[in-house]
Amino acid sequence: MRYEPLNLGRWVIWGAMALVFLVAPLVFSGGFALTMLIQMGTMIIFALSYNMLLGQGGMLSFGHAVYSGLGAFLSVHALNLIGKGAFTFPVTLLPLIGGLAGLAFGVLFGYVTTRRAGTTFALISLGIGEMVFACVLMFPGFFGGEAGVSTNRVVGQPFLGITYGPAIQVCYLVAVWCFLSIVAMFALTQTPLGRMANAVRDNPERAEFVGYDTQKVRFIQLVLSSFFAGVAGALSCINFEIVSAENVSPIRSGGVLIATYIGGVPFFLGPILGAIIFIFFVVALSGFTKAWLLYLGLFFVTMVVYAPGGIASILLMQIPVLRARRFGELALPYALAAAAGLVALAGLIGIVEMVYRLSEQGASTVLNVFGLSFDARTTPPWIGFALVLAAGLVALRYASRLVGARWGAIQQDLLARRA
Amino acid sequence: MSANAIELRDVHKSFGKTKIINGVSLAIGSGERHAIIGPNGAGKSTLYNLISGRYPLSSGTILLNGEDITGLRPFEINRKGLSRSFQVTNIFHNMSVYENIRCGVLWAAGYRYSFWHRVGGLRDVAQRAEEVMEKIGLAQRRNVLAGTLTYAEQRALEIGITIAGGASVILLDEPTAGMSRSETARAIELVRSVTQGKTLIMVEHDMGVVFGLADRISVLVYGEVIATGTQDEIQANAAVQEAYLGAVHKEIASA
Repeated sequence: MRYEPLNLGRWVIWGAMALVFLVAPLVFSGGFALTMLIQMGTMIIFALSYNMLLGQGGMLSFGHAVYSGLGAFLSVHALNLIGKGAFTFPVTLLPLIGGLAGLAFGVLFGYVTTRRAGTTFALISLGIGEMVFACVLMFPGFFGGEAGVSTNRVVGQPFLGITYGPAIQVCYLVAVWCFLSIVAMFALTQTPLGRMANAVRDNPERAEFVGYDTQKVRFIQLVLSSFFAGVAGALSCINFEIVSAENVSPIRSGGVLIATYIGGVPFFLGPILGAIIFIFFVVALSGFTKAWLLYLGLFFVTMVVYAPGGIASILLMQIPVLRARRFGELALPYALAAAAGLVALAGLIGIVEMVYRLSEQGASTVLNVFGLSFDARTTPPWIGFALVLAAGLVALRYASRLVGARWGAIQQDLLARRA
Repeated sequence: MSANAIELRDVHKSFGKTKIINGVSLAIGSGERHAIIGPNGAGKSTLYNLISGRYPLSSGTILLNGEDITGLRPFEINRKGLSRSFQVTNIFHNMSVYENIRCGVLWAAGYRYSFWHRVGGLRDVAQRAEEVMEKIGLAQRRNVLAGTLTYAEQRALEIGITIAGGASVILLDEPTAGMSRSETARAIELVRSVTQGKTLIMVEHDMGVVFGLADRISVLVYGEVIATGTQDEIQANAAVQEAYLGAVHKEIASA
């Protein structure tokens, strides 16, 4: 039977998630780790809200940063007004202001974008994204021009000693909002609207003939989604204490699309994984290499081509295999493929890094890896890395064939057993 | 206020310069089972698409239970109690049988665009969906993805989605298209049982299907209704024999 009202498994999953949110800031308590966690939490909300459009409603948006960004701008002004004593409002609930602002702009812009689905929706969302970005720069009085609007999050009376001065307090603020948002957005997928959003995504015509105005389904879905985008915007405002045109930029809109897609559009879990990986690239990897954006792009393209269901699909595909206790047969092929992939990656990174060394004016052309030095102006390292890359790719090809063969055999057994 | 479930008054439809429906007037009483037959290209499906709001009319009026529904959109017409199926199976392929039926139930059950009800906890919706699945004989297949059903099962599901909302006027577009003889017989029984007490309008190509099921039959040829009447009247009608039955006999003879 399908509907057990409250099954134990669900409580275990949600409980485990709450525990992760509770413990993560204590375990990763270093300054940099906290920065990462805060941004991951914010990005999780943003990516999940984006997937309410793309995954659940079939709406490919190129302008989702509009809602988070404008939510952030309203939040930053609200925070400044609170700071001036214009009104009292707990900073803890500031995301509510961001969310409502996002929702209001969702009503305004969504009315235009959701009139059409498919390509037309995508193009209008792109147009609105560009328009808002341009407007933000045109009205420096409100939006602060290039520099943006800065603020101070430590305002008002401390509540139970919480001032949001220390990063750990911000981290827990994000954790609480992130957890609540995940629960709320998951609950939304289980409502009549959530289900009909899926129906409209899959077969809009049939949905119309069972009584649903597809335009209205898309509209309400987008408005709810922009609320959560606004919540994410407010949290980023509290974290960075500055909001600028970059917050509404097409780059942000593209970023959330990439994060969501990498994680896995067809699954609720997908954007959560995608957000974590994306922030890892943006925050952690960018500290190591200037080529991080290139790596992110390559990763994205690889996912689109080889795993369109994202990381989540790769993980969830293993569950039936694990249940049938057949994972052991795949462990070796997986390990071989991973090893081959790492070799290929090493070759690729070597080449990319050397290209960046050469292209940068005045920078050292020497690449230091594990105590070895390679000068990009000489030929041998190029040949060496190219050979490593080629060897890795060839090995990967064989390993993935092995994975494919074993995988196919297991799937056939599972199918036969079911029949 | 007329007692007619559906009334078409001088309905025309052209695509560009091509006239597809050319002045159709038709009144179908409440509770009647009415079949529209006609040779290929006569405009049967187009007529359906006009009645259900899929295409706009070029001119004319369509009344549903005495109310003018001309120019309304499909979902508005559906909410007024008219539901249709499709000739080419039109279901939610990525959803289970149960979820497909539930999509058909939700609006009529009054949950509209609700985002504050948990859909799994709606007893009335679940009960109605179960009833429909029993009726169409897919209760055992409730958790199967619609896209993986057999063709006959998909056709049954198509009918299930159509009747799920409890509409009083049901339009079925060739419910037995592409079925084997035994499947057709079962499908006809299904149509008969699910449309009890409702107004049924069905398009059919297969003559044997229509005779015995329909109270009255209309014959559509080149966008015009050339005859309307009972089975006997239609069989006796010379114009019909000429235009349609004759053609079918010739087809059979040459086959």
